Amino acid sequence: MEQATQRAITKSLAPSHAIDGPIKLAIRGLDFYYGTNKALKGISLDLPECRVTGMIGPSGCGKSTVLRVLNRMYDLYPGQRAAGEVMLDGENILDKSVDLNALRSRIGMVFQKPTPFPMTIYENIAFGVKLHERLSRAEMDSRVEWSLSRAALWAEVKDRLNTPAAGLSGGQQQRLCIARTIATRPEIILLDEPTSALDPISTLKIEELIDELKKDFTIAIVTHNMQQAARCADQVAFFYLGELVEVGQAGQIFTAPKERRTQDYVTGRFG
Amino acid sequence: MSATALGAPSRAAEVARSLGRRRRNVDRVARVLAVLATLVALAFLASILVTLFYLGVPGLSLHMFYTVTRSPGDHGGLANAIVGSVVQAGLATLIGTPIGLMVGTYLAEYAGRSMLGNAVRFVSDILLSAPSILIGLFIYQILVAPFGGFSGFAGALALAILVIPIVVRTTEDMLRLIPISLREASIALGAPRWKTIVFICYRAALDGLLTGVLLAVARVAGETAPLLFTSLGNSDFSGLGSAMSSLPVTIYQYAASAFDDWVQLAWTGALLITLGVLAINIVARVLIRKRS
Repeated sequence: MEQATQRAITKSLAPSHAIDGPIKLAIRGLDFYYGTNKALKGISLDLPECRVTGMIGPSGCGKSTVLRVLNRMYDLYPGQRAAGEVMLDGENILDKSVDLNALRSRIGMVFQKPTPFPMTIYENIAFGVKLHERLSRAEMDSRVEWSLSRAALWAEVKDRLNTPAAGLSGGQQQRLCIARTIATRPEIILLDEPTSALDPISTLKIEELIDELKKDFTIAIVTHNMQQAARCADQVAFFYLGELVEVGQAGQIFTAPKERRTQDYVTGRFG
Repeated sequence: MSATALGAPSRAAEVARSLGRRRRNVDRVARVLAVLATLVALAFLASILVTLFYLGVPGLSLHMFYTVTRSPGDHGGLANAIVGSVVQAGLATLIGTPIGLMVGTYLAEYAGRSMLGNAVRFVSDILLSAPSILIGLFIYQILVAPFGGFSGFAGALALAILVIPIVVRTTEDMLRLIPISLREASIALGAPRWKTIVFICYRAALDGLLTGVLLAVARVAGETAPLLFTSLGNSDFSGLGSAMSSLPVTIYQYAASAFDDWVQLAWTGALLITLGVLAINIVARVLIRKRS
């Protein structure tokens, strides 16, 4: 009993971020329900600005659910609901009054499987931009080039911008999806296992890209690959059974975790 | 001891051999029956096509494409019937497609398994299998009888009612094939739902949607019953406001007549419809294949 109280106190006092610097987005006491099933239990986590936050944990632990809360993707599905606070620039994005389309232009998301739209490479980029801005043809051209360059894809596709995006390889398609997301100039990018469907070389390219992108964007990446989390992330959050067990600097989580469950997971004893 | 050890496997092998023989025999019988059934079905289809070509081709001439139907023995053609069919089927498609598309979109994207969705789906499926003569009678009751006259417009409207459920079904099926991940990717960029449906889902399902429309056109192009009480038929070119000729109704009137040249025109008209529907079906199939 006393031990439990003690644990609850240390937990509530535990820092919700592991690196210094300004906080871009703050999650406080987040609960999430799929119908009556509680999938997230009192999550508190900060995303430091222009840093990469890695989220790890076994399947079904809630890490992807956290991402889907941050851009309110769960709103598409009746029966899913979130409670708690997610503060972005002093505004709780879980409020009913939030303009979801505007929110999603500020918080972009890249999914597990590449999802090119059934149109040309150029149109894939322009589609998202046109939703939020009115650009002249020349401005759009330069935006397309800028975003494709940032996604390390420009050199490969500059001569075939007007061909269907479906003709690209899986790795190229995923970089196109990243380009499409940064083309709307979001502040935060959510990556949901972005390399799990890709080969090692494409994976490496995307990881280098993440390193490059964090100069301008705040990034949260969910991954099953612990080496990837160690390589890409500045701070790592370990989730288990809907709880945030521990958050720490990447080096600390993998070499000297404070929690037993974290240690068991990162050393491969379960998961 | 060694004899039993060797004997047991050989008995098992014997059983396996006899089982194998029996299976091969059953397989042979089943295969013969299946091929026979296929041949019977194909024989009917082939005999219809052969009869159609045998009796229809002799009447084919350029003359009948630009000459309207005339009295027996007056060397008439089918021009007004062809034009009437194209106009009525075309107008029916123009009216029915947008309605069917929107209902199908509602069912696939918004209704889900709701009560209203299931009710709409049920009614649409009933309409799909409703006897087409009922549709003709319905339009006769609400349009022809009260407003005093047969018209091409009434005919087109009757055909449009047949188009709607076909387009509803294919639209819903095709939109459901679009992976949810594509929709989420669009929503995640900040696209409102309607833009996601119109610019992403429709585009991804375009071939399928087009196929549905083509199948609907093919279906209504050959319909006779809905036109009997609505556009009636006409021996000359006419506007949509008055009674209008069509190929199926002309065939219906001519095939049973006592005049050889009318009967000939009926066969040739039947051949034309068949070739037209066949062409549309082939195009639809090519589109489907391109998709998969």
